[in-house]
Amino acid sequence: MALAVGCRARPGKSRDNKTGSWRVFRPVFDNEKCSKCGLCQTVCPEGCIHETDEEFMEPDYTYCKGCGLCAEECPGGAIEMKQEEK
Amino acid sequence: MVDKSLELFECGHRACGGCGAALAARLAMKGAGTNTIVVNSTGCMEVFSTPYPETAWKVPWIHSLFENASAVASGVEASLKKQRRGEKVVIMAGDGATFDIGMICISGAFERGHDFTYICYDNEAYMNTGIQRSGATPYDASTTTSPAGKCSFGNKRPKKDMPQIIAAHGAPYVATASIAYPADLMQKVERAVNTKGPCYVQVHAPCCTGWGFEGEQTLAIAKLAVETGLWINYEMVDGKVSKVKKVVKKPVEEYLKTQKRFRHLFKPARQDAEIAAIQAMADRNFEKYGIEIKLKKE
Repeated sequence: MALAVGCRARPGKSRDNKTGSWRVFRPVFDNEKCSKCGLCQTVCPEGCIHETDEEFMEPDYTYCKGCGLCAEECPGGAIEMKQEEK
Repeated sequence: MVDKSLELFECGHRACGGCGAALAARLAMKGAGTNTIVVNSTGCMEVFSTPYPETAWKVPWIHSLFENASAVASGVEASLKKQRRGEKVVIMAGDGATFDIGMICISGAFERGHDFTYICYDNEAYMNTGIQRSGATPYDASTTTSPAGKCSFGNKRPKKDMPQIIAAHGAPYVATASIAYPADLMQKVERAVNTKGPCYVQVHAPCCTGWGFEGEQTLAIAKLAVETGLWINYEMVDGKVSKVKKVVKKPVEEYLKTQKRFRHLFKPARQDAEIAAIQAMADRNFEKYGIEIKLKKE
């Protein structure tokens, strides 16, 4: 691999690394229980939870490592961790 | 105002699932804003966020050595000043780089009074190299260089009071924060970045791998540290402590029991004297900072 001058890299190039493959448990969001508080989005260490057009929360499974922090912190219990089937 | 939707720390970094430091970086960058240059010391954050040719950072970022992040930041800041540019300089360093290895450069940079913000993500040991003790490791924590066993209960020395050392340099703004209180953390970083002169923010960032707990517990454990009085959230403006986070006191046991690094205090036999010693440290914190909320008896 050739090194760029100063070993520089494009901003946010880590998106090439699809960390979703690490996942063992998948967070499943229940919109009926969701109060749209956005806490899951704030506490996600990956920053991979986004707001949908209806203001509900939606994880990006391409990057979600399945740590379960969102499910643990969700005040409404709207997120359930389910084992991945591969 | 902090723009919560701002993402300057991108997906795809290689931190463990539930990493406290990754969350600290993400939240801190929301507080710092886009007009920022980040200087990173060697450490877990540098390694997991920038394996070449990838980078999770969306702002200009530089890494040099373990010990010299504050010296590099001093140079960057001096150059920006000479060019009359307005970027903010932010240092991101772990507790090893801050409490031990970078101490000389930090002392020099704070004494010279450069205009930067030093953010220390404190996960209480050298996690990247395999959990060796640092000056930030708390009393009785078991690490690979302070292992608990027949002759020892783990780390023999209490945690170094780094914020006080920085404050003694005459820093205009020193704060401690925790990832368990994200809004507070973002506000403190924002305030530090917008304060002229060298500022310091120390962020408590639990490490699931190093401390021995499941990734989903990261925030719960960070919160317990604050509630038991083993971590104090406060601000120090011109050396005077203000705005201390008050809590309803919980016994330290509740915090210690959640982590494998303190397991030897409960198994095979409960070590009452050691737990009492840690409780005494927490009690001293409660007294010193006056943070207890007394619930009214009904």
